[in-house]
Amino acid sequence: MKTTELYISERTEDTPLVIAGKVFTSRFLLGTGKFKSKSILEETIAASNAEIVTVALRRIDLERHEENILEYIPKRVTLLVNTSGARNAKEAIRIARLARESGCGNWIKIEIMNDSKYLLPDNNETLKATEALVKEGFIVLPYMFPDLYTARELIKAGAATVMPLGSLIGSNQGLKAKAFIKILIDEIDAPIIVDAGIGTPSQAAEAMEMGADAVLANTAIATAGDPPLLAKAFAMAIHAGRLGYLSTMPEIHDTADASSPLTGFLYEKS
Amino acid sequence: MKITVNGQLKEIPEKHRLQDIVEFFCPDTKTIVAEVNGQIIQGPQWIKIDIHEGDIIELVTFMGGGRS
Repeated sequence: MKTTELYISERTEDTPLVIAGKVFTSRFLLGTGKFKSKSILEETIAASNAEIVTVALRRIDLERHEENILEYIPKRVTLLVNTSGARNAKEAIRIARLARESGCGNWIKIEIMNDSKYLLPDNNETLKATEALVKEGFIVLPYMFPDLYTARELIKAGAATVMPLGSLIGSNQGLKAKAFIKILIDEIDAPIIVDAGIGTPSQAAEAMEMGADAVLANTAIATAGDPPLLAKAFAMAIHAGRLGYLSTMPEIHDTADASSPLTGFLYEKS
Repeated sequence: MKITVNGQLKEIPEKHRLQDIVEFFCPDTKTIVAEVNGQIIQGPQWIKIDIHEGDIIELVTFMGGGRS
């Protein structure tokens, strides 16, 4: 964790990530699902240096005592409640209202899916929910399929960011939707947070090198043998990718381009 | 009387208020949001809300979730 903090503190020429007027130095958002224990989660949040953490809202299990997840999330972290489980805008709005009532803020990540095999976000319903929740004063971060027209409508409706999927949720396939996310990065004047399908640090770095503003990861980290270690690797990769993007990297060529001079030495006749 | 709590049919004594229901069913849960018949009830109001036969109560809290 110290190494990551050192890297981040050295970074002065980068502008911070700003979402709805709130300033973040970390560009890594962490999801809290699937962790084996709350203590591993706590350690992973610390290792990740994440400043935004997502949680879900669920019915209380009346038969067994469950630990309060909020006790394991540091107070410095911005809580982003997701609407997972919502199948349409109406259900997402209901979850958002319940979440706000808890007193844990008004940041809401809209997730609407009605397909259980691929868990693809429903862009139409997501737009409806965004429009309604922005009017109710929520800070809305919609998870979406990377479609330019929808992204434009979401921002027009008042969404604070757009969160396009890299690939299928929990698939670890990486940036399958790369070309379409790039269009959002180029055309949408709001933070683009790549969410879903990012399974390795190198995939996260790839998203950042392309110009994404932040990356959200959960499954890959929670299901790793050593979640805090992988969280640290993600944090470093996201930071490395960001620095690469800021450096204006050279283009990829199909032919060789020597980095050492090939002439004026040994066998050359003058 | 019979009420539904989180989808389960429960038999409770008469003249209970929402506060009693929450304390009985979720004695250990700290962060709770309550809904009675689809209406969110704010914490300070729990003590004032009478529960009636057939009421549908939802008690929710936070859990791990990221979906990515």
